[in-house]
Amino acid sequence: MDHAMDITAYISAAPEMTLLGLICAVLIADLFVDDEHRMATFWMAIVSLGVTLWVLAATAPVEPTVVFSGAYMSDAFSQILKVTATGFVAVVFLYSRDYLRANDLHKGEFYVLGLVGLLGMMIMISANSLLTMYLGLETLALSLYALVAIDRNNATSAESAMKYFVLGAIASGALLYGISWVYGVTGTIMLDEIAAVIAADPGLNSLPLWFGLAFLIVGIAFKFGAVPFHMWLPDVYQGARTPVTLYIASAPKLAALAFTIRVLVDGLGGLHEVWADMIMVVAVLSLLVGNVIAIAQTNIKRMLGYSTIAHVGFILIAVFCGTAKGNAAALFYTLTYIVAAAGAFGIIILLSRRGYDAENLSDFKGLNARSPWFALMMMFLMFSMAGVPPFIGFFGKLNVIDAVLSSGYPGLAVLMVLASVVGAYYYLRVVWYMYFEEAEDQAVLQASNDTRLVLSLNGVAVLALGIVPGWLWALCTQIALSMR
Amino acid sequence: MDFSHSLLSILVWLPIIGGIVLLAIGDDEDTTSSRSSTMRIVALGMSLMTLVLSIGLYKWFDNDTGAMQFVERVSWIPALDVWYYLGVDGISAPLILLTTFITPLVVVAGWDSIKTRPAQYFAAFLILEGLMIGVFSALDGLLFYVFWEAMLIPMFLIIGVWGGQRRIYATLKFFLYTFLGSVLMLVAFIYLYGQAGSFDLFEFMNVPLGMTAQKLIFIAFLLAFAVKVPMWPVHTWLPDAHVEAPTGGSVILAAIMLKMGGYGFLRLSLPIVPDGSAYFSGLVITLSLIAIVYIGFVALMQKDMKKLIAYSSIAHMGFVTLGFFLMWSIMASSGAGLGMTGGMVQMVSHGLISGAMFLCVGVLYDRMHSRQIADYGGVANTMPKFAGFMVLFSMANAGLPGTSGFVGEFMVIIASFKANFWYAFLAASTLVLGAAYTLWMVKRVLYGEVANDKVAALQDLNQREFIVLGVLAIAVLLLGLWPAPLVDMMNVTIEQLIQQAGHSKL
Repeated sequence: MDHAMDITAYISAAPEMTLLGLICAVLIADLFVDDEHRMATFWMAIVSLGVTLWVLAATAPVEPTVVFSGAYMSDAFSQILKVTATGFVAVVFLYSRDYLRANDLHKGEFYVLGLVGLLGMMIMISANSLLTMYLGLETLALSLYALVAIDRNNATSAESAMKYFVLGAIASGALLYGISWVYGVTGTIMLDEIAAVIAADPGLNSLPLWFGLAFLIVGIAFKFGAVPFHMWLPDVYQGARTPVTLYIASAPKLAALAFTIRVLVDGLGGLHEVWADMIMVVAVLSLLVGNVIAIAQTNIKRMLGYSTIAHVGFILIAVFCGTAKGNAAALFYTLTYIVAAAGAFGIIILLSRRGYDAENLSDFKGLNARSPWFALMMMFLMFSMAGVPPFIGFFGKLNVIDAVLSSGYPGLAVLMVLASVVGAYYYLRVVWYMYFEEAEDQAVLQASNDTRLVLSLNGVAVLALGIVPGWLWALCTQIALSMR
Repeated sequence: MDFSHSLLSILVWLPIIGGIVLLAIGDDEDTTSSRSSTMRIVALGMSLMTLVLSIGLYKWFDNDTGAMQFVERVSWIPALDVWYYLGVDGISAPLILLTTFITPLVVVAGWDSIKTRPAQYFAAFLILEGLMIGVFSALDGLLFYVFWEAMLIPMFLIIGVWGGQRRIYATLKFFLYTFLGSVLMLVAFIYLYGQAGSFDLFEFMNVPLGMTAQKLIFIAFLLAFAVKVPMWPVHTWLPDAHVEAPTGGSVILAAIMLKMGGYGFLRLSLPIVPDGSAYFSGLVITLSLIAIVYIGFVALMQKDMKKLIAYSSIAHMGFVTLGFFLMWSIMASSGAGLGMTGGMVQMVSHGLISGAMFLCVGVLYDRMHSRQIADYGGVANTMPKFAGFMVLFSMANAGLPGTSGFVGEFMVIIASFKANFWYAFLAASTLVLGAAYTLWMVKRVLYGEVANDKVAALQDLNQREFIVLGVLAIAVLLLGLWPAPLVDMMNVTIEQLIQQAGHSKL
């Protein structure tokens, strides 16, 4: 794999460059749009995403390509993550639109920041050097800080944005510090070269490198929101306006997965035995803390925040295996998890209306009487997250357990399934409120037809994918095997 | 028309499609509108059509082979080597017939006693029926597990939406208990998949396993099935679930869902981990005897009719597990099959009797809105037809010869005599205890002076209720007087199973 520096470089990075150009266009065009015609910005954003998807499809890498002097790479792994991320950002925009309009938050900034965040994710996903990774990470993070604070008159939002920013800055600092140690020991920041240097000189596998590694893992754990670096996550999920929570809960998980796999598996795969222990501690703690604390929540956004932490535990346990099967399971789990997460937050948004945020579990009371269809969709999503077959969430867990067992950790597998029984309780509680309780609020759900359609497709998708999960698993396995 | 090659798929998917149709029709505020009646007719029609088609299963079933019949095998998840693999043998076919027989009765029983969201109620039962048939016919481990777990969802809703006062507690307990039991079975399945390279149950049966692995797998299976059966001491969800569930829910729970535990032992535990089963057979027998004796005493003390029947179910299911695991104690002498056949007959018969008992309580509850024995007395004076049925089913529950309840218990007791006198002694105590708790309840509810004005105002069975109980009464008597068709159906399969379970994998 030579570091080609010709036209291929620009072809490989064409999706990002196109997106950047379109973002600038949307940003400028939005200046000339008044609040009444803000829908134009929405459609421009959607068209930008559509064009980006088209460019992604047109420039799909046939084989792993490393360009820009080794700083950047595109392969099948980056392709599937970018396509999914772009698609889900579009879904997020659609779910958010009506809510933002109803709450006087329908500004061009939401879309522009969302697109910039996507650009950051795409850069992270394609990073082949620690600095590119860091650049992408900061692009994403800064957009997210601003998005959380988008409702500037709202004290809770402002507080959570501040908290997110301060903690995020500390985590970035830790990450940079770790990068500097890895650079100091190996003399390079290119992930493939780091791997080669470590393989060539086993003596490097010693304390100084482990020290740097520990800080990299802090960065990963913070991005994912894994225990003990999870403190920001429930507060931000709760404090941000629901569309922003939806955004944070969906596509950025893909970037976090790319971060983890690129750095730990691609770059530091030679240190698997060292980082495996650290990842396992973080993962098991996430699984336990996330599931147990979620039980005590009354705010559904916060509850789903803790549930995210538990799901991250599953993803990290898959990465911990360090096998192709484990990586495939992590990819499969992340892809399917965000389908369920996007749907669940989409339904929370659907229940909200002007001046009223449906944030509490009790807002779901009697939903079956108000809207049997969306109650059914929410039930699908909840059972999927709980890992009950035939929904797709079950197959995600199945693959992770399979990876763990074939790596020889039966105890861990038992712990995982027991934790998911604990987790089942709080998902069941949502179903209980929707079906077994009387409605306190009789207001009719308001949503435009396109939102209803996409939300229905999203709910049905967790069932449909669960009935035919084979192709996705085959795809993930193929991608994991094709990685370096 | 010969559709036997896809009969099982039809039986699984027809009710599920019916359920989806019902959800699409939806509920109407006005329960007498044409939409409501269309919905009811569709529900009954779908369940009856499934029943009629399942007759094909009996008609075309070959009693002379232990091999799987009506086999369908299509690749489902090639990446994991998972197959959509269905088939039945002498163990599963009777249980599928039981399922298709009970479901229409439940639909009729709920015809107009369900006032809130009847379309969703009937849809839940139809979908549940399809999933239960799926459990009994799946021959691929993962497919089995998918049906096994998916089945919890409609039952969770049935108890939670249409149940009694403490329904939420009961349904959460039901779901979490059974979920906890089954997740370890999933781990065992994935471990076996790692060893065998496939989820095919026959691959699981052929793969060699060490003693430690067998013991652990047996424990994982035992947890899943013991919770379902349920065996003492993991039975505590059952009385709660039964008491709070609507009548139809209790009937399905007692008649079919409990049988899945017993079925699981036969389909999975005995053939896949024969040495593990042999090792733990003493434990299972002990737990079964405790269930029979101790739970019998517990039943005696109940004040709530549904709770009493729930406890009697646990005691009767003790016979099933006792019968299945006696084979290692009587391996030497002939007749190892007797216990197992007895257990199977007991499963089918208990399905009919307990279902009928819960329907009887449902009839009273619809009128009086009370399940307390103390609120009744002298019902026979105002409801003579009902009293006749209830006495018959109670006698069957107590194991009166001539009813189906006698056949299975008698076979198991004979088998346990061959194994060990004390097993038989303890098991036979049920003849006294069962008679005591059932007949004492009958005496207090049906006979004596008319207890109060409410009882005096009771209406006797209407035509719909009469048909439901009548059909069940015929089935109970038929099976009691002439069990041969049922026994013939499973003989060869059970002999083969005993061979397989007796053959060490070590």
